[in-house]
Amino acid sequence: MIEVKNIRKGFGEKIVIDDVSAVMQTGKCNLIIGSSGSGKTVLMKCIVGLLIPDNGEIHYGGKNFLTMNDEERKELRQQIGMLFQGSALFDSMTVEQNIMFPLDMFTTNTYSEKLKRVNEALERVNLVDVNKKYPAEISGGMKKRVGIARAIVLNPKYLFCDEPNSGLDPQTSLLIDKLIKEITTEYNITTVVNTHDMNSVMEIGDHIIYMYQGLKEWEGSNKEIIFSKNEKLNQFIFASEFLQDAKDMRMLEQTGKIDNNRNMDEMIK
Amino acid sequence: MYWKEFMHQCSEIGIGSLGIVVIISIFMGAVSALQTAYQLVSPFIPLSTIAQIVRDTVILEFAPTLVCIVLAGVVGSKIAGELGNMRVSEQIDALEIMGINTKTYLILPKILAAMVMIPLLVIIAGVLGIWGGRIASVASGILSASTYDKGLLQYFQPYNVFFALVKSYTFAFIISSIPAYYGYYVKGGALEIGRASTKSVVVSCVMILFADYILAQLLLSSPSA
Repeated sequence: MIEVKNIRKGFGEKIVIDDVSAVMQTGKCNLIIGSSGSGKTVLMKCIVGLLIPDNGEIHYGGKNFLTMNDEERKELRQQIGMLFQGSALFDSMTVEQNIMFPLDMFTTNTYSEKLKRVNEALERVNLVDVNKKYPAEISGGMKKRVGIARAIVLNPKYLFCDEPNSGLDPQTSLLIDKLIKEITTEYNITTVVNTHDMNSVMEIGDHIIYMYQGLKEWEGSNKEIIFSKNEKLNQFIFASEFLQDAKDMRMLEQTGKIDNNRNMDEMIK
Repeated sequence: MYWKEFMHQCSEIGIGSLGIVVIISIFMGAVSALQTAYQLVSPFIPLSTIAQIVRDTVILEFAPTLVCIVLAGVVGSKIAGELGNMRVSEQIDALEIMGINTKTYLILPKILAAMVMIPLLVIIAGVLGIWGGRIASVASGILSASTYDKGLLQYFQPYNVFFALVKSYTFAFIISSIPAYYGYYVKGGALEIGRASTKSVVVSCVMILFADYILAQLLLSSPSA
């Protein structure tokens, strides 16, 4: 579990996130959503320690990350896996070397043991015959999966995904979402996903935090989000008329009063 | 892993720059010999002096300074570009998340490798420069091989080699640390990587010339020189 308490971060005069508190639950996909510039990336960077917040506390399993000494932080970071927006694979290394890198740095296993673990991780993300390929030789979706394999190779307790679906087609996005969800449940890890993809929100959003202009505007689950009365959240979710109509229709279905004059064909038109 | 990275950088900096160093050194010595001969028109100056001048010019200035300025372009832009790309594509962030000290893992091996390989390249440049002077002198009929060899041994001061090595270590640090700084702290995208790379080469070259002057002032005007 990760507990964020009253986090505040600014750059110069500009306050990017202000007094944000949340609990990221274990075994669940915790989503941070919001439009561009809402502060979700800064919040995630503060949680993983890439940025130091101006104020607040970040607790990993009850221990404050910000007051940990270097040794404790190093130990904790070995329990963190992260998938970056651009995958952040090391260009000069093959897929196999990329995934083996954390094992090389933090374990004393033999090469064959490490290779076995690499192949297990690759198998887990449904990738075969790519060991000797360089990142430049594989597709965007495959890069994301290699990124996930690298993130889980040390069996982390915490998994962070920064916009995992950016630049991917809808079908591949669904596969990546499914994979993140499966890994979270299977390894019982705390997963934090930063996204503005509504498909992801509906697919894997066990726990959702909506950020608006640096503030936590709403918190709930994917089951609650559709029926939220929060105006700012609704503006974000139902940005397209099509989704608004879909919501209206679902609500009408639930109340048993389907408006025959507004059927799906009409909405698509 | 750190040792592996150090060896990789030694190969990149040393072997990767060897070709250009060989070409520059041979031509630098050859041109130096021809131009010295062109300027020494007095019949009272023995021809072997040409070899002495080539030897001292190459050891004192051409091999350490000229080669290091070229290496600032070759090695410096590569270091700045590599680190800049790693920063922009979040590879450095990925290393930090893993709990790796990125400055120790990425920058230190580059500086250490440069401190080991660049003095070696300067030594090679010195030897090849003097040899290039010999080839040009003999080929153009300015002086015989034996006269050149005799001139090389006249009034040789080993201190000059020490001075060249001091310069090469100083320049090696400049060539590796300045581009590493510019590359590591780059912000933005591809355009900024290019700018950082160019800026790092320009700053490195200016710093090399500045350090060259300071070292000459400190080490060549001292009583031991």
